[in-house]
Amino acid sequence: MSIAAESRQWPVEGLTRVPYWVYSDADVYGQEQERIFQGPTWSFLCLEAELPGPNTYRTSDLGTMPVVVTRDHEGALHGFENRCAHRGSLLCLDGRGTARDIVCVYHNWSYDLAGNLTGVAFRRGLGGKGGMPADARPESQSPRKLKVEALAGLVFGTLAPDAAPLEHYLGPEIVARIRRVMRAPVKVLGDYSQLLPSNWKLYMENVKDTYHASLLHAFFTTFRLNRLSQKGGIIVSESGGHHVSYAIAADSGGKEYEQAGMRAAREDFGLEAPELLASVDEFGDGVGLQILSVFPGFVLQQTRNSLAVRRVVPRGLEQTALHWTCFGFADDDAAMTERRLRQANLIGPAGYISMEDGAAPGFVQRAVRSAPDVLSVVEMGGASVASDDNRVTEAAVRGFWKAYRQHMAL
Amino acid sequence: MDVALHFKVQDLLARYAKTIDDDQLEAWPDFFIEDGRYRITTAENFARDLPLGLVYATSRAMLRDRVRALREANVYEAQRYRHVIGPPVIEPLDGGRVQARTSFMVVRTMHGGEITMFATGSYADRIVLDASGGEPRFAEKVVILDSRQIDTLLAMPL
Repeated sequence: MSIAAESRQWPVEGLTRVPYWVYSDADVYGQEQERIFQGPTWSFLCLEAELPGPNTYRTSDLGTMPVVVTRDHEGALHGFENRCAHRGSLLCLDGRGTARDIVCVYHNWSYDLAGNLTGVAFRRGLGGKGGMPADARPESQSPRKLKVEALAGLVFGTLAPDAAPLEHYLGPEIVARIRRVMRAPVKVLGDYSQLLPSNWKLYMENVKDTYHASLLHAFFTTFRLNRLSQKGGIIVSESGGHHVSYAIAADSGGKEYEQAGMRAAREDFGLEAPELLASVDEFGDGVGLQILSVFPGFVLQQTRNSLAVRRVVPRGLEQTALHWTCFGFADDDAAMTERRLRQANLIGPAGYISMEDGAAPGFVQRAVRSAPDVLSVVEMGGASVASDDNRVTEAAVRGFWKAYRQHMAL
Repeated sequence: MDVALHFKVQDLLARYAKTIDDDQLEAWPDFFIEDGRYRITTAENFARDLPLGLVYATSRAMLRDRVRALREANVYEAQRYRHVIGPPVIEPLDGGRVQARTSFMVVRTMHGGEITMFATGSYADRIVLDASGGEPRFAEKVVILDSRQIDTLLAMPL
């Protein structure tokens, strides 16, 4: 199904309704790449720790555009399109590595780590024959360069030269909550990816939907652990596009789970190995859960002592890659690392409280494909897109659509 | 070659796979010793010596918790696995233990009939040959996935 996006009208109800064609219209999908991912937004590219020294690179994505992120010989960060100026081949095939320059495997055109074309093989030909004319401009189709900024160990990039500076784009509340988690130099614990059978927006809505958490994810309630997330709230940025949801951990301090008496009201409902959840209040504020998202496709997650970044990358109208990188800090001791690894059982494609998030957006996709003109109802918490001291609200979901509509002019 | 040893290890692996494929998950933790370790990781993380697991358990009790969560808490569409396991490469260790490296493939069939090659990789196992009851059991099982990418979700163990 593909009807020109110009003919698409947002429902008159505004942000409390979302039309299902946004998840199934190929023209809308194409315009998102241009107006959002390649537009004046900042996309998370990688952790600074993934570029550990001078002359290192890794590949990443700006929406569907493959990009290379580098740290040059002086330590400066760069980002550019992963596409050769010559015939358009990918420049970097490996996900990460060290290099003094980037050489395209196809015809050996070479680039410095800032993405500048520095060499064309056989440019003058061989033995006076062949080669390029003297007035050729092989650099005319060079890979597009990104503006790159690092914030507290997170590397973001944008294609828009006039994009607001990263901290302005995020706003002070989001910046503060990023700095809260990214409190020290990072140590990567590992990464994996998940292929989601849904449009990228359905996953981002799931991230911002604080209403579903205790309803879809029955792990905590089944094991009578729901007291863990009693008090909390959400923050929605002024643009609407970024959010934080947080909950106070009633058991901050980490002692209670080591006492058998705290396992559960009934022995047969408790965890047999409650050490899975034994955590420490490493941020000193009692917050046990903080999910933070940045428009369009970034998530920073603290689930107790389990920390992760997630990149949401569209792979087609109905397919999305979700790249997880779990981390701790360079100064973690062995006990802290072990805690992070155990609590990583809560997250990822096999996570006790996140496995359903891989499937639920797909359940929507399968059902709404044939109902493009029907609307979803997003009315928990009224029509507000404001911060709130409770999480039984869809304010952050409406915030996503506020930002989305502004970028898409819908 | 110690033919009896090979049969013993192959039989353990075959019964392990059958238990999962037949959806007898309650019996799955018993393939491990009490403080047995189980981890699902990717070949990429394994090669880089990164400790993260998709599943990370350090005791049989943690495995029993996972089974109960799958049965009582987690939501996932009905599906079944079919393991195909290759011959193990076995090396002796001290103390009545061996290590074994074994290739596997898991095909996933969804309730609607969709068939997917869900996982391929190898098991890096440490096995106690005469654990309690005289049965061989895993002291450690590391499931090393060839791919870094999981389709949709990973509920049942591999």
